[in-house]
Amino acid sequence: MDGSTLPREPAGSPGDSGEQAAFRARCRAWLTANRPAKPGFELPLGPIEIATTEQLEHLRAWQRAAYDAGLVGCDYPRSCGGRGLVDCQRVANEELAAASVPFLPNIVGLGMAGPAIFHHGTEAQRRRFLPGILSADEIWCQGFSEPGAGSDLANVQTSAERHGGRWIIRGHKVWTSLAQFADWMILLCRTDRGHKYRGLSYFIVPIAAATGRGVEIRPLIKMTGGTGFNEVLFDGLEVDDDALLGGVGEGWGVAMTTLLHERGAGSLVTPSTGGGIGGDPAETLGPSGLVDLARASSRYGRSAAEEPVLRDRIVRLMIRERGLAATKRRAGHGALQDHPDRLQLQSKLLLSELLQDAARVACEIQGVTSTLHRADASAPAGGRWPLAYLNSYGFTIAAGTNEIQRNILGERVLGLAKSK
Amino acid sequence: MDVDERGAARPEDLGFGEEAALLKRTARRLLERRLPTDALHRMVASTIDPIRACVWDRALWDEVVELGWTAVGVPEEREGFGMPLSAVVGLVEEVGRACLPAPLVATACATYVLRACEAAAAGELLERIAAGAAASLALCDRRGSWAPGDTEVEARVDGDRVTLRGRAYFVQDAQKAAALVVKARAPEGVGLFVVDVDAAGVRVHPDAILDLTRDQAQVEFDGVELPRESCVAAAPGEGARALRAAEPAILVLIAADMVGAAEWQLQTTAEYARTRVQFDRPLGFFQAVKHPLVDMMTMIDEARSLVYDAAWAFDHAPAEAEACARAAKSSASDAASYCSGRSVQLHGGIGFTWESFVHLYFKRQKHNEALFGDGVYQRERLAELWIGPLGGDVDPARIAAR
Repeated sequence: MDGSTLPREPAGSPGDSGEQAAFRARCRAWLTANRPAKPGFELPLGPIEIATTEQLEHLRAWQRAAYDAGLVGCDYPRSCGGRGLVDCQRVANEELAAASVPFLPNIVGLGMAGPAIFHHGTEAQRRRFLPGILSADEIWCQGFSEPGAGSDLANVQTSAERHGGRWIIRGHKVWTSLAQFADWMILLCRTDRGHKYRGLSYFIVPIAAATGRGVEIRPLIKMTGGTGFNEVLFDGLEVDDDALLGGVGEGWGVAMTTLLHERGAGSLVTPSTGGGIGGDPAETLGPSGLVDLARASSRYGRSAAEEPVLRDRIVRLMIRERGLAATKRRAGHGALQDHPDRLQLQSKLLLSELLQDAARVACEIQGVTSTLHRADASAPAGGRWPLAYLNSYGFTIAAGTNEIQRNILGERVLGLAKSK
Repeated sequence: MDVDERGAARPEDLGFGEEAALLKRTARRLLERRLPTDALHRMVASTIDPIRACVWDRALWDEVVELGWTAVGVPEEREGFGMPLSAVVGLVEEVGRACLPAPLVATACATYVLRACEAAAAGELLERIAAGAAASLALCDRRGSWAPGDTEVEARVDGDRVTLRGRAYFVQDAQKAAALVVKARAPEGVGLFVVDVDAAGVRVHPDAILDLTRDQAQVEFDGVELPRESCVAAAPGEGARALRAAEPAILVLIAADMVGAAEWQLQTTAEYARTRVQFDRPLGFFQAVKHPLVDMMTMIDEARSLVYDAAWAFDHAPAEAEACARAAKSSASDAASYCSGRSVQLHGGIGFTWESFVHLYFKRQKHNEALFGDGVYQRERLAELWIGPLGGDVDPARIAAR
């Protein structure tokens, strides 16, 4: 199943416009010549797993290089640091995914802050922030969830109060990935206690610069034992009016734009490499890795590849994986869809559950060796599957739990009554 | 198995062009107008007696024949439209959505077997199909095996005459078909024969089945005499080759019927959840109802994507066709099973009654699931392709590559 040895299909895809075809060829040529070398240290599984400055700087340099080559943010106007192309980010993403290169680290900036600023920001805000987001010169984090506002996001209590012409921010944000590295945060605050939704406003606040001056960042430890996310405490951080994104009381609308993009259903295509760790197909965490794992695994003294029940489970997962790829293609064809948001709104739900189920089946394939932590030298496959299984719950919970995703799909696409 | 990387590149429209889209839209409009579900129920559910006459709307069939629906997948040189499998699939989705009791899917399945045969008689039957003749496949034995080598029909060759003796089982829409493609064992191996249903010695023994929207039968061949030319796949290995070549199309067509029917189940059940009020709220407010509806939708979408992907592969990437088709049939069978169960359960008590419409689709889906191998069967075959045969030796080349 080693796809990397097969010749790539020739440049060009039948549906490409002239601009897209030329752009695709440029992307492919650049990726062939500029594939980042594997560093001498372990890379994290994904952007929200970045744990060390060494990892961040390696990935930042990679995003910067891909940005300089025009592969990141190419659909944004030139005034915002983009290339002013039309529907080319999708092409760049396809080429980045096919090249199996590392992920882009500034995920909150690219997928959430960027689109929010582009849609709701002033021209000055766009020019100030978008170039740094695309180049990864400035890392972003997101201050939405709170101890009392998870799935019920509009229950945010962190307050921004007007005082002497400035905003004073107090409160407590949680599950904040990348906060320890971030320069900026997109922050949802309550500016009016009288209205649940209209009482919310959306701010852009400095995090690195304000640490120790009204901002405190504390790491949270995940069930895997790894770090990666944080809680952020605000105790009187002061910002000016230009920190507002959108007007006072318009925060919920800006947050919805943000979440729509986070869930892959926004109008701007988020620059993405498809989420690979980079280069080594053996490190994949999807179903495609399970066949080789099963062949190599002895399960209670017998080859896992000979176990009929596991064969069925593995094949079922591979069918789901192929289904996602086929759906991605179908999503581009209007004649084969009934509702414009129906396929896109499913992507986070389906991918996170597929990866979770794949990791669970991988543990079943391994049998008793699935008890071994990756710190144990005898753990098969580098011990990555059991940890991947633990970690997979981050993805079924983050960005709106999958229960919330099902609510959104049921309400938006099937027109069912709102569950709240 | 990185499909995008390893598989042939799919075009933007998955081979489903303007003409195919127009055909699909026309089909939906016609069937919604001509066969609303209450009319379907009046027609096929008029009796609860499982030993019932074959009921279908001849006039509607004549209408769809007039529109050329049987000709869509027939090659142009055989008087058909020569459209790609994805176009036939689009049409069949609508047929499934309407739960149409007519031999369209059976005829389309026969069409693809005939297309894989070279003999003149195959072409002649294709021309009849393009002109509106219904056809079906007589390929299964009593154990439920469609495998190319399995048949309980014997063909005795005597000069330029052939005599068929034996029975074929689980023949779809046999009472509606004008002609059958029969698998029979000849001295030189398994061959395929074109037989008219009204030929002397052909006897159709209807099965009592659950599905109200089709008929199924054992077909007895009691010394049926045919000219030698009616053998459309004669040379050793030819019959098996033609069946293997056509099987992906057959799987995809049945899967498409299931996807269309599942979409009806989803939309109908969602509509019920929007309008039925309990505890002062529409049912869909409750997540115990909302979430299974969403799961129905995601399963349908996976199956639908795989069906169109497999249809494209059948026409353009033959090396991938079998795996793609089995994946589509597996996914569609799972979706059909889940959607069927939820469509009854979420309708509550009314969904359990004969007067409700949901059981019509439930039964068609369960029938389709079983045809040509259910999900478990397809995944067994895929495991052989993707993981290797059970009890097989480990391929040394693979170990060396690691």
